[in-house]
Amino acid sequence: MPETKLPVLKAKDYATDQDVRWCPGCGDYAILNAAQRVAQALQLKRENTVFVSGIGCSSRFPYYMNTYGFHSIHGRAPGFVTGIKVANPGLDVWMVTGDGDGLSIGGNHMMHLLRRNVDVNILLFNNRVYGLTKGQYSPTSQQGMKTKSTPYGSLDFPVDPCQVALAAGASFVARSTDKDRGLVPTMQAGAEHRGAAFVEIYQNCNIFNDGAFEELTGKDTREDTVVYLEHGKPLVFGKDRDRGVRMLGLRPEVVTLGKDGVAEDDLIVHDQTNRSLAMMLATLHPEFDDGGNNLGFPEPLGVLYAEPRECYEDLVQQQVDAAVEQRGAGNLDALFNAGDTYTID
Amino acid sequence: MPEPSPPQPPAGSSAPNSALAPEPRRSIVIRFAGDSGDGMQLAGTQFTDTSAVFGNDVATFPDFPAEIRAPAGTVAGVSGFQVHFAADDIFHPGDKVDALIAMNPAAFKAHISDVDHGGIVIVNEDEFTKTNLKKAGYEVPEGQKDPVNPLDDQSLSVNYRLYRVPITKQTQQVLKESGLDPRSVNRCRNMWALGLVYWLFDRPLDTTEQHLHETFAVRKKKPEVAEANIKALHAGWNFGETAEIIAERYTVHPAEIKPGLYRKVTGNEALAMGLITAGQLAEKRVIYCTYPITPASDILHSLAPMKHYGVKTVQAEDEIAAVCMAIGASFAGQLGVTGTSGPGLALKAEAMGLAVVTELPLVVVNVQRGGPSTGLPTKTEQSDLLQAMFGRNGDAPCVVIAPRSPADCFHAAIDACRVAMQHMVPVILLTDGYIANGSEPWLVPKADDFGKIEVRHAAKPDKGDTFLPYQRDENLVRPWAVPGDEGLMHRLGGLEKQDVTGNVSYDPENHQTMTDLRHAKVIKLAEHKTLIPDLEVLQGDESGDLLVLGWGGTYGSIATAVSRAREKGLSVSQAHLRHLNPMPANTGDVLAKFKKVLIPELNTGQLRLLIRGKFLVDAEGLNKVQGKPFLVEELSDAITKSLG
Repeated sequence: MPETKLPVLKAKDYATDQDVRWCPGCGDYAILNAAQRVAQALQLKRENTVFVSGIGCSSRFPYYMNTYGFHSIHGRAPGFVTGIKVANPGLDVWMVTGDGDGLSIGGNHMMHLLRRNVDVNILLFNNRVYGLTKGQYSPTSQQGMKTKSTPYGSLDFPVDPCQVALAAGASFVARSTDKDRGLVPTMQAGAEHRGAAFVEIYQNCNIFNDGAFEELTGKDTREDTVVYLEHGKPLVFGKDRDRGVRMLGLRPEVVTLGKDGVAEDDLIVHDQTNRSLAMMLATLHPEFDDGGNNLGFPEPLGVLYAEPRECYEDLVQQQVDAAVEQRGAGNLDALFNAGDTYTID
Repeated sequence: MPEPSPPQPPAGSSAPNSALAPEPRRSIVIRFAGDSGDGMQLAGTQFTDTSAVFGNDVATFPDFPAEIRAPAGTVAGVSGFQVHFAADDIFHPGDKVDALIAMNPAAFKAHISDVDHGGIVIVNEDEFTKTNLKKAGYEVPEGQKDPVNPLDDQSLSVNYRLYRVPITKQTQQVLKESGLDPRSVNRCRNMWALGLVYWLFDRPLDTTEQHLHETFAVRKKKPEVAEANIKALHAGWNFGETAEIIAERYTVHPAEIKPGLYRKVTGNEALAMGLITAGQLAEKRVIYCTYPITPASDILHSLAPMKHYGVKTVQAEDEIAAVCMAIGASFAGQLGVTGTSGPGLALKAEAMGLAVVTELPLVVVNVQRGGPSTGLPTKTEQSDLLQAMFGRNGDAPCVVIAPRSPADCFHAAIDACRVAMQHMVPVILLTDGYIANGSEPWLVPKADDFGKIEVRHAAKPDKGDTFLPYQRDENLVRPWAVPGDEGLMHRLGGLEKQDVTGNVSYDPENHQTMTDLRHAKVIKLAEHKTLIPDLEVLQGDESGDLLVLGWGGTYGSIATAVSRAREKGLSVSQAHLRHLNPMPANTGDVLAKFKKVLIPELNTGQLRLLIRGKFLVDAEGLNKVQGKPFLVEELSDAITKSLG
């Protein structure tokens, strides 16, 4: 049979004619660009794709994607996403949220979206600040952060998005940054995963929290502050690829290859199907002293965890199909006549 | 056991034969009351089913505590079930109780004041022990050891026909060789009592026998429990026949009901069936997303097994997620419905505003209960009308429909779904705990009685044209474009939409235009008489001294009160609003023809506020918020007072 050639879509075909209204220099631009590139790489059918968001800077995203879109209300995007997928499991649904939208006002919904494993690609833009309301601290802000609402420093202990996602039972958890070379492949891995794919993206808010991720994204520093996770590969990092992470008993530690007899074989080998390992990796973060030296761990970027599990909307559909098979498609007369009927003559 | 003697059964009944001929009555109200674990709801439901099958018109009112198992024996834990059965058409479960069956002192204490003077009171005297009397709060008089036993009060026998029956002992006696443990034996007391009541009111036993067999022997695979319950039921009947404690019997002959096939439905069951029907008629999946809440949960329980009708139910993590899921389902092209009660409606408000702005179909069922806050979860009230009308930020009009009886919930649900899908608007279906849990006979319809619900979806624009998601038709309705359809990609959201294009717009003039359009779209519905029929005067003349205007679940009591007032020759008419927003186009004209308008409501005057505001009518109110429906007597008094 002759194959019909479908028109090949370019990245710009996924962009709308709307002016993008993020602040100049915002990390969101890079993420939008990456999303359009992933869409292009996967040749997503635009009419079959829906971008859903909540409220916040990141949540303007759907207006800029030439697909179906729904800019919903603060924190509730998971509800809309679930309803859309239950109504039509065939749609390709993306959810764009932020640290405030997804983890503060919508934290509860995020947990349930993940545990149900609705097939949705979640992009959580984490800039560790409230941008749209002009600079208050967010649930991921570092303790002590001085903002308009916390002139003496914030008191709240920050929440860790990837740990939350794993604890909630997410079937895919990954992390990247707005400037990272791994952003497109990480987002693409999430998009290809069937189930709730949680991708945390560190995103620079150049107005209210500029440089929050500088060490992770700066050309000079990033190789020493980031470890790229690859399934089946050891955790090696550093400009000279001479450092790694190993387990000492139940504690992870940073080691230098060749020093004290440490070899690559001693390092943790990443296994993205190992939930316990993923949990541990999610706890690793750098800690910088005043001189910018990292006293902690490298930040793991890439896919922390990926293990397919049945999707909620498929299970819902299966119950419907099974009921139809067992009982036959319901007809109204049977519905009306069910129960105890009686005749009045 | 002596066999019941000579056959003289009333026509149309298979009641066992009794030596004592029953005296016919037009209607009787009975109430079963006991501990919430005593099975009073089952006894009441069975009495209702039996009477309905017998051919009576019936109306019921279950009344149970908010606690699942409040401390046993206390007044807080009393569960009641009232049945009104009649040889005539009835619309309400009755005011005064003709016969009370009280299974313990607490039930006696909680309900005795509702029994009509001279009414029958049957008590389970075995339970009137010192401990139980104390639990029920009967005090120990000074200088004495034991609490007062109200059954010893001489005035009781003067005011009521009191029958002290050893229900517990009799049940234990008859089931002593059943092999059941004592706890299970005691759980058959309700059937023993029901058997006695069946004897007293000349009811056949077969409907209940069949039910007990189906429930215990077939479904729960416990034939010994079925057998014990049936045995207890017969023993109760036989006790009435042989013990000669009760020397009176009554019957209520079948009512003149339109012939046909009937079944008894509660409002929640009828509403669930209405949703399924609407889905089928529109060829849409019903996606019912909800969070459990009293008294709305039974809608979910009714829909969840209906998957072979294509129904999908989601028990969401909270009320907000539930409404958002429903909106998402509608955006994706199916029929999104959410159900709740007052506190849940408050939580859904923001999302409903989004449905208003995005102009998507949405049905929100609100089974009203006593408020504010958690309020009285298991009791009825009509105090969410203004919340339904205005309870959102901004000017966010929704359509509001309120069914008037349990069976009407079926039709109202279909109407709500039709309006939502055809007019791209959120619709609030305002029922209440009273009609949701109350039941009445329902003439079983035929599928062919219903026409299709035509639903239009956006057409693909011509080549070169862009799709305009906010371009409206003659009804001001925007097109419903569904993800998956080519050429219709568009982006919705809560930011103000530009007229026609649907792009984000902060333009002041545009906001005015869009606010006016959203309002006009709802108002315009009243131009369609098939959707919003004219307000009818249901009883009485088109003009006169007094119009009693009600809405929602108070219909039955008002109809009865107006009918009685008219029998007395008073110039009273009745009208009932089913559509609260928009109101029928002729509402103002109907009101203007009466010297006075009385609006009875189970709130502090919410419809009255609307009517006064909209029509400048100086309406009077009759308002009650006691968690209970109106008594006909209360309405009759208000009518007399208003005319006086």
